[in-house]
Amino acid sequence: MNPRDITVISFGYFDNNFLTKVVENVRHQYTCNVILREGHFDLSDFYDAARRQYDANRILLEVEKNFSADTCKTIGLFNVDLFIPIFTYIFGQAYLGGRSGIASLFRLSNERYGIAADNDLLIERFSKEIIHELGHNFNLIHCHVPDCVMISGSYVEDIDQKTASFCASCRSKLMM
Amino acid sequence: MSKKISILIVDDEDSVRDSLFSWFIEDGYKVDCAEDAKTALTKLESENYDIILADIKMPGMDGLEMLRRIKSLKNDSIVIVMTAFATVDTAVQALKDGAFDYITKPFDPDDLSHLIRNASKQISLTKENETLKEKVITLQNVEDIIGKSEAMRQVLHQVQSVAQSNSSVIISGESGTGKELIAKAIHSNSSRKYFPMISVHCGALTESLLESELFGHEKGAFTGAMYNRKGRFEMADSGTIFLDEIATVSPKMQVELLRVLESKTFMRVGGNKEISSDFRVICATNRNLKLMVDEGTFREDLYYRLNVVNIHVPPLRERSGDIPLLTEYFIKKYCTSMNKPPIPIDETVVKRLEEFDFPGNIRELENMIERAIVIGNGKKISLKDLPLEKNIISTSAESLDEQEKSHITLILHKYDWNISRSAKALGVDRVTLYNKIKKYNLKSINN
Repeated sequence: MNPRDITVISFGYFDNNFLTKVVENVRHQYTCNVILREGHFDLSDFYDAARRQYDANRILLEVEKNFSADTCKTIGLFNVDLFIPIFTYIFGQAYLGGRSGIASLFRLSNERYGIAADNDLLIERFSKEIIHELGHNFNLIHCHVPDCVMISGSYVEDIDQKTASFCASCRSKLMM
Repeated sequence: MSKKISILIVDDEDSVRDSLFSWFIEDGYKVDCAEDAKTALTKLESENYDIILADIKMPGMDGLEMLRRIKSLKNDSIVIVMTAFATVDTAVQALKDGAFDYITKPFDPDDLSHLIRNASKQISLTKENETLKEKVITLQNVEDIIGKSEAMRQVLHQVQSVAQSNSSVIISGESGTGKELIAKAIHSNSSRKYFPMISVHCGALTESLLESELFGHEKGAFTGAMYNRKGRFEMADSGTIFLDEIATVSPKMQVELLRVLESKTFMRVGGNKEISSDFRVICATNRNLKLMVDEGTFREDLYYRLNVVNIHVPPLRERSGDIPLLTEYFIKKYCTSMNKPPIPIDETVVKRLEEFDFPGNIRELENMIERAIVIGNGKKISLKDLPLEKNIISTSAESLDEQEKSHITLILHKYDWNISRSAKALGVDRVTLYNKIKKYNLKSINN
């Protein structure tokens, strides 16, 4: 396996067709081997009853310890509401220049905001979030180019504004 | 932004420090962490951080105490306080103690981004402001006062020594020597530099107008006083007032001035409220004030009140060594303002300028150069562009030969090297003139 290859591990229930399309989008951006597999661990250990959310720092550590390897970048996919102590919520997080990251679908669906479901849009949003977190694993920091996938975003609207692609500068850093 | 913004995170919780660390690193900031206030203060002694993000509730020294200590160490530090236990009182206290902003944990990721963006903007504005201030001072000190002669060096040395004090200064010197520029240099090197320097040309105003100008007036104080108006002394509060041509002030106004200078309080014309103002006085004159005191035309007490320090600006003829520098400066200045490329000047012309008497001093030289640039051909400044025929100091030409050479040169320039006309003016024939040109090796500067 090449260290630039990517392993996508789904934790929890995702529609197979949905994940295949997401993985295809990731593969298209990184032009490398992207392997999709399933993983299991008890998420209730990471649930914070006071916040009614899941501790992203500890989940990321779990993925890092038990599911990732030096031979590739690993991203764990979840469908729960993630938080870190300082923030009200996050879409995902990853180790900068590290080997693992996590992303959640929970806050990306239209239904959560009282709008009609849109599966294609959901695939697009989740793909962008995964590509973004993997970008951090490949040592990319937040970018200021408005349509670059590495631009920071706090709301789903921000994700919709950007594209799934890298700007020229981020792309060249990625190639190095 | 060219330089990375540096952030120090101070929080006793590992998870908070780690999360913020990762977040800021991903945003491209330079990040450091401290687990308590003591460690943070130690780090701040050796390192400069642009933004300090500090928790309020920490074991040992709390965030508010740390904020006060940071502010006493470095008042312009940007400190953002965060807490999980928000109360209005602590927020108000933090802002009173100089915190840039206040944020409650957990915060919306977008709120933090906004906060850091605002702080970064503030940092770059502060830096830009400092750079501009330095630029203004440099312009004032370096570019406007031109002179490397010993006489000017002494003047600039006096300016440096007197600037930091609050003493009154009299700047004496002939008209056009740059007395106001010296006053500006004193002001811009003093601690009053960020406050205004107000100039009053006393000679240009009648007694009653000067009174109203200096002290201001109340509405209806006299015909035409339709509004309340601040006087120059009031406007110069915390700054400097520059009284040009002080020797022209009437005896009545001299009394008024003395009273104001002693008490630093005055009343507006037509007013009954005493106004106080903290100003420094710099005066300028082209007259000999001491002589005027002896003659009884200037009050002795006012003279001594003003003449704490006297700076004499030498006339241009006493520092002719500065003429090439000044000439170059004025050529650059006027070519730039007229949108022309810099026009070269012949060395012979500069030499002739150095020999010139300049009764009007630097102002005369400046006008001369401006005129030459306006009326000249734009390729080179030649003697014919400058009105130098009169007033050339001929003390160096003591021998008859030198006198003859100098006179022939002058006539040749006057007639633009037209041999027939020059010979006619000199009362000799063309052959004689050619022989003289050959003898003295004279050459037209245009060739």
